Amino acid sequence: MNETNYSELVSNLLPAFGETLEMCGIALVLAIVLGIPIGVLSYLTSGCIVCKNKIINLLVNLILNIIMSTPFVILLVLLLPFTRLVIGTSIGPEAASVPLGIVAIAFYARLVESNLHGVDKGVIEASVAMGATWFQIVTNVLLPEAFSGMIRGLTVLAVTLVGYSAMAGIVGGGGVGDLAIRFGYYRYQTDIMIITVLLLIGLVQIIQTFGEKISKKVQK
Amino acid sequence: MIKFDNVSVSFPNKNGKIVHAVNDVSFEIEDGEILGIVGTSGAGKSTLLRTVNQLQLPTSGQTIVNGNDIGNLSGKELANVRHSIGMIFQQFNLISTKTVAQNVAFAMEIAGRSREEIKQRVPELLELVGLADRADVYPNTLSGGQKQRVGIARAVANNPKILLCDEATSALDPETTNDVLQLLKEINNKFGITIVLITHELDVVKKICQRVVVMNKGEVVEIGNVFDIFTNPQHEFTKTLLLHTFDLDLPKRFTQENSKPLVKIVYNGDKAEDAIVSNVVKQFAVDVNILHGKIEYINDRPFGILIVQLIGEQDEIYKSLNYLSKNTYRTEVINERN
Repeated sequence: MNETNYSELVSNLLPAFGETLEMCGIALVLAIVLGIPIGVLSYLTSGCIVCKNKIINLLVNLILNIIMSTPFVILLVLLLPFTRLVIGTSIGPEAASVPLGIVAIAFYARLVESNLHGVDKGVIEASVAMGATWFQIVTNVLLPEAFSGMIRGLTVLAVTLVGYSAMAGIVGGGGVGDLAIRFGYYRYQTDIMIITVLLLIGLVQIIQTFGEKISKKVQK
Repeated sequence: MIKFDNVSVSFPNKNGKIVHAVNDVSFEIEDGEILGIVGTSGAGKSTLLRTVNQLQLPTSGQTIVNGNDIGNLSGKELANVRHSIGMIFQQFNLISTKTVAQNVAFAMEIAGRSREEIKQRVPELLELVGLADRADVYPNTLSGGQKQRVGIARAVANNPKILLCDEATSALDPETTNDVLQLLKEINNKFGITIVLITHELDVVKKICQRVVVMNKGEVVEIGNVFDIFTNPQHEFTKTLLLHTFDLDLPKRFTQENSKPLVKIVYNGDKAEDAIVSNVVKQFAVDVNILHGKIEYINDRPFGILIVQLIGEQDEIYKSLNYLSKNTYRTEVINERN
């Protein structure tokens, strides 16, 4: 009963791999597009340079903390109505990308913020002294100076997302992680579990190596 | 002209205690001068300087630059004033992800200069600070002195009227410090920029400043020409501060010996260029034994201290002491005599 049909595995594995990449890819793009501005907003409103605003800062932080402290499985279920509203369905890799994306945005916003806090205050001050606007400071000083760290953050995020995406099976998201759980765990097919896990390890390794390379390259 | 009008700055420190960093400070800085503000760390000099471009708002009082009350400005007006005030820092504060040329260009972009103007002026500025060949390298590859030169190029990029130097040479070795100071002097000469320089190094003040403000515990204790303050400090704090500069310590055996008078001769200005000591030897029957001495040139005016022993008959010694006190800035016998 537990005999493995390897041709079935391969035919399952390839699409699963594609699904993992799709889910994580969409979430990463969302994190870059929305996570960076939110991270910048959180940094700026915390009073570091020009636009200190306690209320906005409090609100942003509250939302980020709620998203990050809710267990992902719960978030996945809680967001079902929202997912249906946005995608039109609550099943499939696209649907799983919504909660994954939201976690990614919150997670990356935090990483970006902490990287911005690491930018030398003196350099920011010099720009303020030159009469730079906050926008000039963000685009010319803060983001470029934090860029290397932000790439490293993106690597961490990508790796985390690969792990999270395994839970996407709950909403029928598919992916390699889901395959590992369904075949390897529920059906006691240990060899499949090992193969899929190895595949995930390989993916994470590639992401990590690639991310570190880029991060080093952009560091001045 | 920069005018501090009863400026006070206080803020809570980390423990929530209110610190009065600057206390009721008033003085003026003339156009085109190089003014030094000295004091020990924590004297409030940096805080005071930062009110000039509103990096710090005064708690009370006003800092007025060319008729504008800086504390009242905001938005576009403040930005415009800041474009006309350059600033350099102890830690240089260059943008590490921009090249030398880009760092300088950024200052001009902020001020809204056109692309062509930037393209033309950046090489000129780098030429001025002697870094024309380093335009395309990143700051990390530069030495401290070179970084500060980039800082200076950046600070003067928009032809400012004022250049603020916040401990600009404190992170540099003595030789590099001299080079940077020389560059500042050159810029002051060439463009007539007012330079306000804060430092804890008296040497820096001595080398390029015309006037000096001495600050202690948030207050101005003395203000005047560098030469006057250095040669004739009035306030106790200034005297202690200067003690280290004119530190002429003799071995104890000289000061304890009381048969021969030990004379401290202080001379300055034109008198320093006369051959006073050799005159003493020629005119009176005494020998002069020079034990210690130092001559400084402040704003190209000599200021010297000599410690000599006078050897000879009581009478002749008395006469030569008389001659010395008439012809020098100050003459005093420093060993105890009976």
